[in-house]
Amino acid sequence: MTGLLEAQEISVRYGSLAALDGVDLRIHDGQRHALIGPNGAGKTTLLNVLGGSTRPQRGTVRFDGRDVGRLGPAARARRGINRIHQRPAVFPTLTATENVVVAALPRVIPRRRWWPGGRRRAAQRLAGPLLDQMGLTAVAAVPAGHLAHGQRRQLEIAMALAGRPRLLLLDEPAAGLSAIEVGRLVELLQALPRAVAVLLVEHRLDLVYALSDTVTVLRDGQTLAAGTPDEIRTSPLVRQAYADGVA
Amino acid sequence: MRGEVIRRVRGGIAALVLVGLVVAPWVVDDYTTSILARTLALALVGVSVALLTGVAGMPTLGQTAPYAAGAYACAVVGSRVSDVGVVQLVVAAAAGALLAALTVPLVVHARGVIVLMITLAIGELVVIVLGRWRSVTGGTDGLAGIPAVRPFWGLPALASDQARYLYALAVVATLVGAVLVLLRTRAGLVLRAGRDDEMRLRASGHRVALHLSGAHIAAGAVAGAAGSLLVVAQQYISPADFGFDTSALLLLGVVIGGTASVGGALVGAALVIAVRDWLFGVLPGHAPLVLGALFVATVYLLPTGVNRARGRLRPPNAPAHQSDQPAAPDQTNVAELHR
Ligand SMILES: Nc1ncnc2c1ncn2[C@@H]1O[C@H](COP(=O)(O)OP(=O)(O)OP(=O)(O)O)[C@@H](O)[C@H]1O
Ligand SMILES: [Mg+2]
Repeated sequence: MTGLLEAQEISVRYGSLAALDGVDLRIHDGQRHALIGPNGAGKTTLLNVLGGSTRPQRGTVRFDGRDVGRLGPAARARRGINRIHQRPAVFPTLTATENVVVAALPRVIPRRRWWPGGRRRAAQRLAGPLLDQMGLTAVAAVPAGHLAHGQRRQLEIAMALAGRPRLLLLDEPAAGLSAIEVGRLVELLQALPRAVAVLLVEHRLDLVYALSDTVTVLRDGQTLAAGTPDEIRTSPLVRQAYADGVA
Repeated sequence: MRGEVIRRVRGGIAALVLVGLVVAPWVVDDYTTSILARTLALALVGVSVALLTGVAGMPTLGQTAPYAAGAYACAVVGSRVSDVGVVQLVVAAAAGALLAALTVPLVVHARGVIVLMITLAIGELVVIVLGRWRSVTGGTDGLAGIPAVRPFWGLPALASDQARYLYALAVVATLVGAVLVLLRTRAGLVLRAGRDDEMRLRASGHRVALHLSGAHIAAGAVAGAAGSLLVVAQQYISPADFGFDTSALLLLGVVIGGTASVGGALVGAALVIAVRDWLFGVLPGHAPLVLGALFVATVYLLPTGVNRARGRLRPPNAPAHQSDQPAAPDQTNVAELHR
């Protein structure tokens, strides 16, 4: 197993606050890695650093063997790092289908490269099945701004998948979803191709244990513990941290 | 279902307006016909303003710059090289596109009000250059006596105001059609997405600056082509045709028309220009004041433009938009132009 993503010594400061303080993270091809920790631990900040929207003051990020530290979010997405945001980010005036089409465009390969509209048609072919998987077929033609919160989150997941990710960064994908929607999400994530690595930030530990093979615990910007779900479940340190914070 | 009805009604109105525009030169006098031809040129610039402001999310006060570049290029070519309309149009569009391309580095990384300020400065700079570069532009006197255009090789020169108006109408209709087609392609979709949420577009791997540059250059080409129509309509141009007041009026017209709509931009820009020309006769010297008041009234009383009506046609229980989301395009107003 090779390291698909290697982040070393990542530090991000906001004024006097150290949101991240020397965090290391390594994700292998196809790994299902969970990132947990109390509110304000720095989970979203770490995802921002990996996705390229936040520049760390210190530390390196390598993806697929190359230093991507200087690349912005778009260039990283084209290399296969796709994400969903803690607050669902979709294009509100575009229909659900158009949202997925836009997300798919940079990474689709049309059959005939120079045929007008070929790329768009190729993206369109991707959109239908993805919306179906997320249970959004009925609202495919509805502007995303009119969708309920849970639907928007599912739409953003469909968008992230449309980008043919090699590494999927998921920031609390289950937050705000109904029980049915959470069930569908778990199924979907379990059915992802083995080659896709996932970094999952999630407060619900039952989902974390069901979906991940490795867990990293952050607290106050530092790695508190890392291990298999079983190791984390029984770790006194983690219990202590969660007793102080939010479970 | 309802959308279908609205589309039909809109299509019907557009067809009626088009018929009205075609017969207009036989209804009004020659002077009014030439004014109408100039208004068509300005309405086309309005479309390029809408393309940038409403569709790409780059509010602009500088489309008079490529408009002027196109007009002067057309005037020079028309006087010295060729009186063929197609040639003049291509040269003018290329000049507009070139000017836009040169200013791309200044505008694509800025946002909102900053874009307004930068584009305003570019527009003013162009007017100054036009006034100084006498050997080519004729300075503040402008260029006069540009020969009448012949639309195509072998066709006669357009000697009457009617003919020149119809030529302008045909060109505007063709170019507006082209813009509408463009907006339905991948490029249009990605531009609308970027206006909605630029960060999300980046996160999906799109080169946002590249898309915005393309839109800026395309809008420059449209404005440049409009410049050639101004030359056809007036056979005379001077820096006064491209001043700040024109930019401001066009932006006003586009805001009234509901920034993101091409049809709205055409109607809004034409309306504002017509009001200005009319006021100019009725209240000599006070037209800028009245238009300024109109501008303020538009921003405060009509925050969503004429196209606000569309907002009312939404399903009643659907949220207009999330408070944390950017405004929908038909709700963009001047106060919200900064994203
Ligand atoms: N842009 C910012 N400016 C200032 N402080 C910030 C910024 N972003 C995050 N922080 C701070 O950095 C710390 C880590 O925030 P982060 O959002 O990464 O936490 P989190 O683990 O994702 O929390 P949550 O579970 O609530 O989402 C918090 O104290 C937060 O207030
Ligand atoms: Mg967070």
